[in-house]
Amino acid sequence: MSASGFTNLDSSAGFNQNPTPNGGAAPPCQNGPLPTHPSMYPPAGYYGVPPPQQSYLSIPSHATSAPSKASIASSAHSQNYYQNNHQQQQQQTQLPQHQVALSPYSAPPPSQPYATLPSLAPPPSNAQFNQQAFQQQQALYTTSGPYYGQQSYRASPAQPRHHHHHHQQQQHHPSLVSSPAGIPVYPNVSYPSGPASSHYVPHTSSNTSTPGVMSTQMGAPLHQFSALPPASTAVQPGYGTGHQTAATVNGKGSTAAVQNNIHQHYDQNNQAPHNYNSYSGVTQSSGGADGDRPPSGTPSTSVHSSPSRHQGLQYGYVANSGASSASATTSGAAAAPSSSSTDDDEEEEDEDEEAGGDTSSSSTGSASPVPNNYDSLEGGSYPDSMPPSNNMTNQAPPFGSFGYHGMQTAYQHGPASRPDASPSHSVYSQPGYQQYSQPFPNLSQLSAALGGLSGVPELEMEALRPVNLLQERNLLPSRPLEAPEPNLSPDLKKVNCSPQTFRCTLTSIPQTQALLNKARLPLGLLLHPFRDLQQLPVITSNTIVRCRSCRTYINPFVTFLDQRRWKCNLCYRVNDVPDEFMYNPVTRSYGEPHKRPEVQNSTVEFIASSDYMLRPPQPAVYLFVLDVSHNALEAGYLKYFCESLLENLDKLPGDARTKVGFLTFDNTVHFYNLQEGLSQPQMLVVSDIDDVFIPSHDSLMVNLKESKELVKELLTSLPAMFSQSRETHSALGPALQAAFKLMSPTGGRVTLFQTQLPTLGAGKLQSREDPNQRSSTKGAQHLGPATDFYKKLALDCSGQQIGVDLFLLSSQYADLSSLACVSKYSAGSVFYYPSFHCIHNPAQLEKFQRDLDRYLTRKVGFEAVMRIRCTKGLSIHTFHGNFFVRSTDLLSLANVNPDSAFAVQMSIEDSLADSSLACFQAALLYTSSKGKRRIRVHTLCLPVVSQLSDVYAGADVQAITCLLANMAIDRSISSSLSDARDALVNAVVDFVSAYKSSVSNLQQSGVVVPAAMRLFPLYILALLKQKALRTGTSTRLDERIFAMCEFKTQPLPQLMRMLHPDLYRVDNMSDQGALHLNDTVVPQPHLLHLSAERLSRDGAFLMDCGNVFYLWISKCCNETFICDVLGCSSYASIPPNMSHIPELQTPLSERVRAFLDWLQDNRAFSSPIHIVKDDASAKATLFQHLVEDRSESASSYHEFLQHIQQQMSKGWHQERDWRKYLRFPGSSFPCEQQQTDHMGARSVCVFTADFYIYRA
Amino acid sequence: MAFTFAAFCYMLALLLTAALIFFAIWHIIAFDELKTDYKNPIDQCNTLNPLVLPEYLIHFFFCVMFLCAAEWLTLVLNLPLLAYHVWRYTSRPVMSCPGLYDPTTIMNADILAYCQKEGWCKLAFYLLSFFYYLYGYTAFSAICLTLKIMQYLENIHTF
Repeated sequence: MSASGFTNLDSSAGFNQNPTPNGGAAPPCQNGPLPTHPSMYPPAGYYGVPPPQQSYLSIPSHATSAPSKASIASSAHSQNYYQNNHQQQQQQTQLPQHQVALSPYSAPPPSQPYATLPSLAPPPSNAQFNQQAFQQQQALYTTSGPYYGQQSYRASPAQPRHHHHHHQQQQHHPSLVSSPAGIPVYPNVSYPSGPASSHYVPHTSSNTSTPGVMSTQMGAPLHQFSALPPASTAVQPGYGTGHQTAATVNGKGSTAAVQNNIHQHYDQNNQAPHNYNSYSGVTQSSGGADGDRPPSGTPSTSVHSSPSRHQGLQYGYVANSGASSASATTSGAAAAPSSSSTDDDEEEEDEDEEAGGDTSSSSTGSASPVPNNYDSLEGGSYPDSMPPSNNMTNQAPPFGSFGYHGMQTAYQHGPASRPDASPSHSVYSQPGYQQYSQPFPNLSQLSAALGGLSGVPELEMEALRPVNLLQERNLLPSRPLEAPEPNLSPDLKKVNCSPQTFRCTLTSIPQTQALLNKARLPLGLLLHPFRDLQQLPVITSNTIVRCRSCRTYINPFVTFLDQRRWKCNLCYRVNDVPDEFMYNPVTRSYGEPHKRPEVQNSTVEFIASSDYMLRPPQPAVYLFVLDVSHNALEAGYLKYFCESLLENLDKLPGDARTKVGFLTFDNTVHFYNLQEGLSQPQMLVVSDIDDVFIPSHDSLMVNLKESKELVKELLTSLPAMFSQSRETHSALGPALQAAFKLMSPTGGRVTLFQTQLPTLGAGKLQSREDPNQRSSTKGAQHLGPATDFYKKLALDCSGQQIGVDLFLLSSQYADLSSLACVSKYSAGSVFYYPSFHCIHNPAQLEKFQRDLDRYLTRKVGFEAVMRIRCTKGLSIHTFHGNFFVRSTDLLSLANVNPDSAFAVQMSIEDSLADSSLACFQAALLYTSSKGKRRIRVHTLCLPVVSQLSDVYAGADVQAITCLLANMAIDRSISSSLSDARDALVNAVVDFVSAYKSSVSNLQQSGVVVPAAMRLFPLYILALLKQKALRTGTSTRLDERIFAMCEFKTQPLPQLMRMLHPDLYRVDNMSDQGALHLNDTVVPQPHLLHLSAERLSRDGAFLMDCGNVFYLWISKCCNETFICDVLGCSSYASIPPNMSHIPELQTPLSERVRAFLDWLQDNRAFSSPIHIVKDDASAKATLFQHLVEDRSESASSYHEFLQHIQQQMSKGWHQERDWRKYLRFPGSSFPCEQQQTDHMGARSVCVFTADFYIYRA
Repeated sequence: MAFTFAAFCYMLALLLTAALIFFAIWHIIAFDELKTDYKNPIDQCNTLNPLVLPEYLIHFFFCVMFLCAAEWLTLVLNLPLLAYHVWRYTSRPVMSCPGLYDPTTIMNADILAYCQKEGWCKLAFYLLSFFYYLYGYTAFSAICLTLKIMQYLENIHTF
């Protein structure tokens, strides 16, 4: 079986072709355990034993069904295995295509590092080139002597033993096999022996009234069970024997397991030496010796510089991501992002295994002592090491020499990489950049390396063109706005971080704070660090090269002074290049440190050594906390949740150590014993909610693989179990406390489903919403939390590496502002489904299901920290998002998920005049779901400018809007909603005035802005009309809070679509400018302004709001469109709540669907589509998104512009209320920079806002 | 009698202000540590929060003493700080325990800078008032002493 997996890998074309031993060995290791799974457990021990069970069970049907289930399960396992393989194979065969179909990520895409293979002739096209490259590489690998050859040969015969061994190791978490005594002997052992043991009443007494624990059978509804007082004594012995037999039965199974597991370490300890040995050709005969093997690290005693040693280095491209690039690039496939992302994950992790297998040792050169907190782990600057003092910079003369060194890099990078990427280079040699070389005709590379110092290219001229907004009406580009490109040299531009991951509000960084103040724009970063990437170089090496003083990871923007030294681009310290770094695993050549993948890619991932761990990497642990009160059952989410989880149980990210647990609550908290060997899940009820405790310590969180049957059974029976519940109270706080206690030994992810206001125990809340105030124009009250219970709990969770994700499905007010704290500070995510009902609200149900599918299968990183470093002189002011701020530049993220983004406000503390480039580096250290410690590093490089016009030319209007939105939300919570709104308006007024007075010399009246910022007022107006910030329109408090949460966590493209939806006319799409992806044609209709005047009475319009699509069919819409696309005969026959587009074979339908699929492809959560007819009720939902129009309570775009103009002409003499301004970090008051331009007599009022108390 | 109570007040205020100076220094150090990454904000808040109320109460206490002693000038000098304390405590974030500092917001650069500035200002204020009380105390004791001496001399004289 594993052999077939191996050959599959081998025969597939593409990246993984290189028959490295790891490539062969690792995937079977992962998939391998499954087929052998049943054999591990003697059938008699695990599945069989009907007779005692029958006596044990009160409901016979379960017992009879058990054996049959077992067999089904085992076949399901193997099926699953084949499927997996199959998928892999598919993906891999698709890979070459993906290479051809360029992803938008980077123009000369993944080939780039490969392109540096020295022996290659420049190929004619990328596609061929890639293939050649791989074949070449393969050839290199295969011919590389006995090392690899022997390995690949050895790998397959050794398979069975090999993976068997692995299987044993991974199957059992050490804590589970600690002793046979861990096997529960029910009536005695599993009874809670918690602190309040006096509460526990023996089983025989009436269980209902006593607080304490009762152990009930799964199938029997609770009240029935407790309604049997006389019978219970009779049943008692039955239980006893039942448990006894269960125990012995279990004993058989698990003693076997225990025998096999004497040598238990954490996975990492096991795997590393093991892999090492097998790769180095030493036949590891059995796992027996593993027990006394010293922890990883010892084997690598060999001298580092010996070339053979370097073969241990491997450079794994996460090629696979082909899987997701498939979904991203091919539109026809319509692959649901959820599934593709898991495949991505799977494969990436496979690759990870491959690469990680070589992590033979952790003998890094890093001198870090035993770290005692994550802070020091990720590497805050060493207190004792040399601080980034001035002499560092002085040592290297500031400007000229920097340029000189820069030149050196440029030389090294430039000519070397030139031959390969010839087609793409032609793009860059456009006339605009020729200007660069004018001052230094001989050293064109020099000026290139200097970045944005030279003249103004044409693009910039265009960005600076003054636009009078009151006159120009068509501002929108025809396609959704792209991020502006920083004005860097082509070489740097090519390696710079993708704007989707890392974006700065000002792509040209002003030199000083004074200049920034003058610009009246916020400086900040928008980060999406863990997003699903289509291509990610994964680097495994013994030493992760970092700057010695500021701990920056080496990146493409460092300068190599010579072969042996590099200069940090953040603190300018000169560091040594370690020996190991001299070897380049891609080209397999020595002495080219600048061609290492770390230096060629601005987004890389390192497999971290044990220096980056405080404890062994945790397994993936998932706890589901479910509300089962009456209200929850009424809403009916439970059934859909269970269905969804059952479906995705195998796709949950994780490895053999993955653990799951379930916890339900109403006015009591129910735990579920899912210990392997039980015939049925067992419910334990803790009714003492004032002092909640964990009734059993090792059987509530169980290994998913071992207890899969029980988990499945629980999920099937759970919806029915509580169907009779009449309990309306909700003890959320105690349930969360229990969850915390349950999870704190491991950490992991808690998924919380809540449907109402918590009413019992700690953390109970009261309704604070006054429905009459929903549409008040004054603003909203109670935007902050009512209690700090949830915040404190979240901080505790964060400390134990537990992330809490909240799904709120409530029809009533549930005080999201308090509840959301539990996710906000534990780095979780919040989902909210207002007025959720499984029957009455199918739209929400569908959204819930889609979200859940994505949620359950998306990647997850555990015990993560993220540090953001920036060039000396810049400093971080505020963070926005869901996390806990550990120190000035360190975020602690208990969980990190690929869908959440962060924003950072920056300030300039020292002048940046002595450097021409500013860099930002975000390093995310996390534990993957496969138990690998990884570091993902993104580096962004931007030019530093000294002219205000350059600052404006590089302004990124979307990023600015998003950052302002975050700031405004903070302001509305700390001060008030109306202040936040005023502050946003004032941000526009300030900006326009600043531009008018400083840059444009035109004395033109009207609202004049640079073209780069022409959408700024429109976006701000759209922001003011969002649910989060609007006033005057009826908005529920919870919905408002949720909108605020979304603003804080959504990635920028998603946020922009929510803010300013894209509107297209779809009934007359032409092929002009259409994209051709594979065999589908994706039309590219023009964007339309969000105004009702753009909607005609005879068209069909598609509005893309980010999380939902609206297809608006107007009254006189073309009959053929209705017929061809919607499959309805006429306008009248379109059903009112249509929410899908039928798959019709007409060209028009295909085109519309291709376009829709293409739009869907780029987002994480797939969006439902609603077909909206031109009638009053449905109209309102659509028309509230038409932000340029006047609404009942908000002005139109034109009115807004006039208002701005008025405010500007009012000038500055009016008294300024500091609360009505967003304070950009480091700046004082806006009036400060207003010079006496128009009215010379006016005194400039300068007062610093610092003294105004910032209300915490 | 009246002077002695005032002198006592000054003496007490002197001692308590010395304590407050230590509070302020502690505060400054704590925030400096936060800023330079040495401490976890949760721990830091846990150590700082219990000190807030005692500080405010001590200050309030000797304000009341000065009120009783009818030291109006001293009272007026202290009133702004008293008012500030009241304002600061009423506008604290939602917290279940006493104190002012919320670990989730304290790392915000504005708040951090504000708290640091607050620490320095308070330190300056307490230092100044320390010398003021010292002066007040010595003045009062001096007056007291002179009066006593005079009384004594008078007694001698009359004797």
